[in-house]
Amino acid sequence: MNRFSYQIVTGVVAALLAGAASAQAPASATQGRNLAAQCANCHGTNGKSVAEVPSLAGQPAATIVQKMKDYRDGKLPASIMHQLSKGYTDEQVALMADFFSKQAK
Amino acid sequence: MNNPFNRRDFVKSAGALSLLGASAISGCASIGGAAKPKVVVVGGGFGGATAAKYIAMWSEGKIDVTLVEREAQFVSCPMSNLVLGGSKTLADVSVAYDGLNKYGIKRIRGEATGFDPDKKTLVLADGTALPYDRLVLSPGIDFMLDSLPGLATVDARTNVLAAWKAGPETTALRNQLVAMKDGGVYAIHIPKAPYRCPPGPYERACQVAWYFQQAKPKSKVLILDANEDVVSKKGLFMKAWNGQFKGMIEYRNNQEIEDVDGWTNTLKMTFGGDIQADVLNVLPPMRAGNIASSNGLNNSNKRWCQIDWLTYESTAVKNVHILGDALQIAPAMPKSGHMANQHGKVCAAAIVALLTGDTVNQTPMVANTCYSFIDDKNVVHVASVHRYDAAQKTMVAVAGSGGLSADANALEGVYANSWARNIWADMLT
Repeated sequence: MNRFSYQIVTGVVAALLAGAASAQAPASATQGRNLAAQCANCHGTNGKSVAEVPSLAGQPAATIVQKMKDYRDGKLPASIMHQLSKGYTDEQVALMADFFSKQAK
Repeated sequence: MNNPFNRRDFVKSAGALSLLGASAISGCASIGGAAKPKVVVVGGGFGGATAAKYIAMWSEGKIDVTLVEREAQFVSCPMSNLVLGGSKTLADVSVAYDGLNKYGIKRIRGEATGFDPDKKTLVLADGTALPYDRLVLSPGIDFMLDSLPGLATVDARTNVLAAWKAGPETTALRNQLVAMKDGGVYAIHIPKAPYRCPPGPYERACQVAWYFQQAKPKSKVLILDANEDVVSKKGLFMKAWNGQFKGMIEYRNNQEIEDVDGWTNTLKMTFGGDIQADVLNVLPPMRAGNIASSNGLNNSNKRWCQIDWLTYESTAVKNVHILGDALQIAPAMPKSGHMANQHGKVCAAAIVALLTGDTVNQTPMVANTCYSFIDDKNVVHVASVHRYDAAQKTMVAVAGSGGLSADANALEGVYANSWARNIWADMLT
């Protein structure tokens, strides 16, 4: 992904978060948390892995968004993430990435 | 003990005040000196332990959580087939419950037998009544033994084991395999789907064959499947059976049984004839666990439980939520530990929202990742992602997502072991 699309992605995150704050405050505030909880089975609670699979906690949101896109597009080799990444919209990935970026490493 | 009517009134008020937001509710509760909302969770497996932890964690102490579990420690069904193969011990797949203490979860070791939906109390076998605002049942499966009279007695089931709940039976089945003579036959009977863990029986056949290859190379593994075809990961399992286990594993489909002779290790086949094995492993047909089945929650074919997929609340009884293998599954959703863990989190989010005056998530999602061990190192997976469909009011697989391993491989063996450690920690620490 080039710098231009990176900016688009961060823009999407910002827009989503702004929307979350204004529209349906209670539900949307927990939306990223709820989505990210799906990853915990392999990546640990709140993204803190206790085993070989890497932690997501504290990773920059843009890095997570980029990796998910590369898995989805087949640019990054994977055993399973190329299949799971296709299950989520860009908006959902942005919410998850934002949540993990705010967790302590 | 508080009067349950006070608690109910509190919950009603909480609902009425929901527009004011969560802070108003907690302030109200502390000013009034009312008890915190109470959630009681039954079953410390993949669904229940996860729900208990996440309700406690996400509510940040605003909800009292009690976990009722009959066993002293958690023993994982996923990975337990490796105990049969001999590459892991039962201790390797067991985890203590102590890790939940730091969340303030109250743990009670006991057997829940029923509940009073009007008084909103859970009843334990020793007569204890635990009040709840929301009850979460993650009862797993129990067997439909009426269909197999030969397995009616405990003695018969001690000889012809199921070992479909990890624990002492896992060890007992391993001991039967170790005691079997070389040149003997191990047969596993698989009931018609749906049953707990679709690929589990086929993984077990691989694990037993892997053990036989090393210790008893003249022995055979016979898979007797009541289904028309291999239920899960067919191509990947067939490759192993026709490859590294060629000549050792035999698969037969459409093998329905009338009964089992628990004393002679014999299956009475529906379409005639008997099949005897040196070690006979029968997985009886399954239904929702006893507490769900004996309290009217099994409203799908009197076998499984129907729920609202937004909250996991039973469609039969209000304020009772159900998780895991006991559910009437949504299309393409397996009865797996991973799935139960995901149910636990969606349910936890919903219950926290309901009891703190927040809005229930209207777009829940769950994912499944299921690894099967072919031998001690090489592993295959199936994965899927599911979203709530508001029109159909059920979970549906996201088009284009999910899939299988290309081939068994050792890298996924590392990931499968990593998965186990992380999901156990996600439930229990």
